[in-house]
Amino acid sequence: MKFLVNLVVCIGVVLGVVALTVLPWIALLALALVLALWMAFTRRGQQTWSVTKVGIATIPQRFGSASVVVIGIAGVVGVLVALLAMGAGFKATLQQTGTDDTVVVMRAGANAESNSVLMHDTVVQIEQTTGVLKNAQGQPIASAELVVIASLAKKSSGLDANATFRGVGPGVWDLRPNVKIIAGRKFKPGLRELDVGKGAFDQFSNLSLGSTLTLNNQTWTVVGQFDSGDAYNSELWGDADIVASTYRRGDSVTDVTVKLTSADAFDVFKAALVANPQLKVDAKTTHAYFSAQSEGLDKLIRIIGTTIAAIMAIGAIFGALNTMYAAIAVRAREIATLRAIGFRGLPVVVSVMLETMLLALLGGVLGAAIAWLLFDNYTVSTLGQNFSQVVFAFKVTPELALSGLKWALAIGLIGGLFPALRAARIPVTTALREL
Amino acid sequence: MKYLHLIWAALFRRKTRTIFTLVSVLAAFLLFGMLDSVRHVFSDAGNSVAGVDRLVTMSKISFTVSLPESLQSRIEAVSGVKQVATANWFGGVYQDPKNFFPNEAISKNFFDIYSEFVLPAAQREAFDNTRTGAVVGQALADKFHWKIGDKIPLEATIFPQKDGSNTWTFDLVGIYHSKDPEQKNQENVLFFNWKYFDEARQFGNGRIGWYIEQLSDPKQADQVANAIDALSANSDHETKTETENAFNRSFVSQFADVGLIVSAIMSAVFFTLILLTGNTMAQAVRERIPELAVLKTIGFSNRSVLGLVLVESILLIVLGGLIGIAIAAAIIPILSGKAGGLLPTRVPLETWIVGLLLMLGIGVVIGWLPAMRGMRLKIVDALAGR
Repeated sequence: MKFLVNLVVCIGVVLGVVALTVLPWIALLALALVLALWMAFTRRGQQTWSVTKVGIATIPQRFGSASVVVIGIAGVVGVLVALLAMGAGFKATLQQTGTDDTVVVMRAGANAESNSVLMHDTVVQIEQTTGVLKNAQGQPIASAELVVIASLAKKSSGLDANATFRGVGPGVWDLRPNVKIIAGRKFKPGLRELDVGKGAFDQFSNLSLGSTLTLNNQTWTVVGQFDSGDAYNSELWGDADIVASTYRRGDSVTDVTVKLTSADAFDVFKAALVANPQLKVDAKTTHAYFSAQSEGLDKLIRIIGTTIAAIMAIGAIFGALNTMYAAIAVRAREIATLRAIGFRGLPVVVSVMLETMLLALLGGVLGAAIAWLLFDNYTVSTLGQNFSQVVFAFKVTPELALSGLKWALAIGLIGGLFPALRAARIPVTTALREL
Repeated sequence: MKYLHLIWAALFRRKTRTIFTLVSVLAAFLLFGMLDSVRHVFSDAGNSVAGVDRLVTMSKISFTVSLPESLQSRIEAVSGVKQVATANWFGGVYQDPKNFFPNEAISKNFFDIYSEFVLPAAQREAFDNTRTGAVVGQALADKFHWKIGDKIPLEATIFPQKDGSNTWTFDLVGIYHSKDPEQKNQENVLFFNWKYFDEARQFGNGRIGWYIEQLSDPKQADQVANAIDALSANSDHETKTETENAFNRSFVSQFADVGLIVSAIMSAVFFTLILLTGNTMAQAVRERIPELAVLKTIGFSNRSVLGLVLVESILLIVLGGLIGIAIAAAIIPILSGKAGGLLPTRVPLETWIVGLLLMLGIGVVIGWLPAMRGMRLKIVDALAGR
């Protein structure tokens, strides 16, 4: 019989945790509301509320052990939210890069811009393909780009890291209107001048206005800083022809980015490229191209973050169990008295669980808040698709904070249920005799 | 030692509580064992013993820019250089981009310099004599169930063949393994002949990705590196030469500051652990005040009471901690096998040592206040329950 009860309890715990993770926030809120109504309007509920009140009122007396639950859970949630915020920040940076009406065309088989090579005549054909938007002068809005890597010292470590150096065509400012010059000016075509992204400026040393860098014995001057709010912020931009001469690439480029008449024109444009027997190229919308780059790392961080948080959660659950067992041990006589005068088991169970979940929620909020304070917009960089640094900022989104709170509640649920059952099950006579 | 029984009995006075606390400690050190091992993989990247006598020469602009073939004979002439090998990054994809592994076109003497890769003599000969031959690491061969004689098609991401085709098919003629079983994560590369690569590729012919120099004397590394870089100073292909370890260090640091991330997580973990176990110890001692008073009454000195409580708390942490790291040591080889050699293969000795020191430190920190309380208690008050 006891075994059956325990089995039911275990299944209940699993179901509860699953419900917490699966149910949308609104459903959980509704559940909480139902609980509140139950406590306000039914007799059993009112009993529960009064028992809970006593429990909560005694928390200050056992401040030390209660804070173990709060801090333990805050630790789990803080680490989880901070790690996931790293993945979310990386994903957000890449996903907001590019649009659906601009298309990057690379050599067939190339999986990154820096791996691709296109010859001059190919570029001309791509730019003349149907579907490409023309400007007022009848020129296609396109930029033949040469994406190469420059090895620059990182501010944080002093070690060399790879920066994306993007040689761009004259059409680039029409092609990417979200790129705004925030200091200095645009580079002049034909000169060895650079504009640096805001993120690159933050991560690499010696990229302030007026500073120079030497590549293959040629001196480039930084003349401007731009902000695009996306992955281009990690890059250095210069005139494609001049970059090609520095890197000895002749008249080849790595890829062409074109603006389409509309996002719907993509299929037509792509079909036209495929139909052209002289071209061996792949076309992707820039949005799809950059989004795909975030998948691997985001997934990896999710797995790592969840694993670490899960191991920490085990520690926190046992900490909470200890605390709550101690709490009901202290209150054993009081609880037994309640039951002796007619309170049933349910209010006792619910009240102990409510108390734990409340402490857990407090811990969850604390953890999420600390993660937000310390890490929101914390800027770092990592190696991206082109073997070069992608600068991004941690993003502590409300969704992440909410999922952190769900973890906290799940820990509270497990940590509270078993002590609650003990409190309700212990024979009244035994408990009353205990001192 | 003679009190161990007493301490043990005190520790398990309340079984459930102690076991729950042990599980918390265990979880913390399990995490420590795993994360610190990963951190080691990253920090070890720049400390390989095998690589101390090797320099790498790359383009000063960045390692993706190639160098002229003609540099080879000039580097060979630099004094202090024993022999020079070359390698080119190929970037081929096997079946799916998710199956990423490095693949490189190498010069014939590559395996002479990388003596930590063991390739049977017959297979080495086959590799030298087969134009389209390829050699892979044992771990990689296991992952894709390749055996000698298989044809391995790679889709080029950078270098198409002269006829424009992206598919390069290699004949697997050899499987190398790492001399040091701890370096199994080095067994995930596919090597093939540079000569075939250079003849068949559409562009970039006659260019080398990077040069690897073996030094006659590792102590001369700086001088030789400077001499090599001086060869191409002020040319259109300036080079940057550094020790292989230095290169690996800066390359690995480009992924992320793993050390910083691990320390941040572990400080959060240990902070909560100290609070949690500290609370348990305080509670345990509070309950036992009368017992401690009895111990004092029958002649235990203040000092020995302090010692008893302190050792108890250290024992609690060390017990949980050792089990935790032991579990990490059991899990890591399994995970490592699945991850194709990117993860650590075991918990390194340093992690065990640092872990043990941490356990002792945390044990003292959490035991100190309760122990002081036990030491200072007045027998009369304690027995009277005041």
